[in-house]
Amino acid sequence: MNIVVLVKQVPDSTEVKINPETGHLIRAGVPSIINPYDHFALQAALELKAKHDFKVTLVSMGPPQAKSVVQMGMALGADEGILLSDMAFAGSDTWSTSYALAKAIRKIGKVDLILAGMQAIDGDTAQTGPGVAQQLGMPQVTFCEKVEVDGRRVIARKQIDGGYEVLEARPPVLLTMIMTKDYTPRYPSFLAVNASLKKPFHVWGAADVGAEEQYLGLKGSPTQVSKIYPPPQREKAAMFSGSGQESVARILQIMRQEHFIEE
Amino acid sequence: MIEVSKKCIGCTKCVPVCPFAAINMIDKKAVMNEACTLCGACVQVCPVQAITITREEASARDFSGFKGVWVYVELTETGDKAHPKKIKPVTFELLGAGRKLADELGEDLCAVLLTDKNHNYEKDLGAYGADKVYMVEHDELFEYNTDVFSTVIVGLVNRHKPSSMLYGATIQGRDLAPRVASTLYVGLTADCTALAIKDGLLLQSRPAFGGNIMADILAPNSRPQMSTVRPNVMKMNEPVLGRTAVVVRESAKLDKSLRRVKVLERKIVHDAGAVKIEGASIIVSGGRGMKTKEKFKQLEELSKLLGGVVGASRAAVDLGFKDKAHQVGQSGTTVSPKLYLSFGISGAVQHIVGMKASDVIVAVNKDPNAPIFNVAKYGIVGDAHEIVPRLIEALKNGK
Repeated sequence: MNIVVLVKQVPDSTEVKINPETGHLIRAGVPSIINPYDHFALQAALELKAKHDFKVTLVSMGPPQAKSVVQMGMALGADEGILLSDMAFAGSDTWSTSYALAKAIRKIGKVDLILAGMQAIDGDTAQTGPGVAQQLGMPQVTFCEKVEVDGRRVIARKQIDGGYEVLEARPPVLLTMIMTKDYTPRYPSFLAVNASLKKPFHVWGAADVGAEEQYLGLKGSPTQVSKIYPPPQREKAAMFSGSGQESVARILQIMRQEHFIEE
Repeated sequence: MIEVSKKCIGCTKCVPVCPFAAINMIDKKAVMNEACTLCGACVQVCPVQAITITREEASARDFSGFKGVWVYVELTETGDKAHPKKIKPVTFELLGAGRKLADELGEDLCAVLLTDKNHNYEKDLGAYGADKVYMVEHDELFEYNTDVFSTVIVGLVNRHKPSSMLYGATIQGRDLAPRVASTLYVGLTADCTALAIKDGLLLQSRPAFGGNIMADILAPNSRPQMSTVRPNVMKMNEPVLGRTAVVVRESAKLDKSLRRVKVLERKIVHDAGAVKIEGASIIVSGGRGMKTKEKFKQLEELSKLLGGVVGASRAAVDLGFKDKAHQVGQSGTTVSPKLYLSFGISGAVQHIVGMKASDVIVAVNKDPNAPIFNVAKYGIVGDAHEIVPRLIEALKNGK
């Protein structure tokens, strides 16, 4: 079986702030990391590889420096890495990104299983996985906790409201993964990183994958960002301190005032 | 437009999957008739990629024919055999938000209902604001399936051309909406927290970068403009009893082969203690400051009294006070309840990003400088162990 894992390099979103005066993102000094959900998807793929000897290919889209997440994935055990990088991709929304990724996967050829993180922590859309599946005409299972392969059956456990479902699909199929205790993402050693430099790595542009410019970038993206701005500031907390009994009275007063309990 | 190239080998695989019976075999080649909605179901099954759908240049399109604000009706299982399904509350929230948009645009608010059996759903949908219900009733719609549901929705959209369409940003909505948007090549904005009309366009506001910034999104060059909307954010209208919605029955021909993912097992815990922190409206959460697993258990009693569920910080999960399914925060679940009542949580940034969208945060912590007070509306400096048992007692006594 051939597995593709979609990985994205993201800024560590907990450290991104906005300049309230200019409205611009302050990304300086913010570390770039592998999207944590993709890290789990990669781990799931590597465990399947260890068990069944599948081939794992990483596909990422981003600026040239996004190579580092692909390199890290190869150091962890992926066989091959592909980075989609081209100015023509700049400004692509989830539709255009899915289009470009699907084109790249078609170029790879026979792919049986695609794993991706449920969403990326910079955009939080959860749309690129299903978009890629649709563009490739594959079924999808989103929000998976666990994946197993049994012959020509892909079995996935999916999170649903208040429980889970176990689902079966025939390859090719695309799964998006949540972060669960079923997988423990690892980090590579320096030796492994050095060794991975010998693995095949390709940078493909729009023309290489046959992506048409009219569907890419700002022009090809159906959604447009009209404005970004800081979230409304909360007012300072109304603080209270007193004895245990007084604190309880205060909490009950708040709950009544906010209509969480009856007057 | 849709075209079948010379590559067609006459295998007929596309014929049964067409939901609208729009494909005929003529001279051993697939030919589409006028019932075709360009839904793309045939493109997906063609083994030789002989079928292509090309769409018009977006900018050249005239959108005056696209009218109506649509709301996807999500059904949820109840565990009750007599009434196995009910409408998920987020649907009524979407109808509340959609009503305002439809009124401003002077268009109809339409609910879109896919089900195997109608249980007078139109009564509630009408009471909460829908003018019309597009209803597809079909045995194959007995449970949610991405391929089946997206194919039906795409067909309905192509047939009736709404100007916008809203889905709950739920597990189901976030699976369905991107599939539909991708097929239609239209804009979809995820996880919106506010919607408005600006110059006739749907202005969609959403948080990004873990809530550190807000973005306003437009999709001016495609229709419908689609959004998923966070549960517990929009206000549902008071239901108007007797206000009815017009039911428009729609047919779809659905073949079993459309269903490519099969359910082997489904386990849902329906009791009150089920972990549903993602959609909960009240969360009582505890952290390291709860000290022991036994003391943490008091929070369960408290949350029951308040009609809420229990959340936990990562520290509390790591210490074994509660299992990971209850974890709030970046490596757990992001929540936005109406009330977030925390005890003994200092508020690491990874926790804050997962709960700061809550409507009202009441934090109890011993340290007056705990960062959780920066996002709380009400702060109580005090010892959880003195407060929690007394609070339980007071609520039990109804005072």
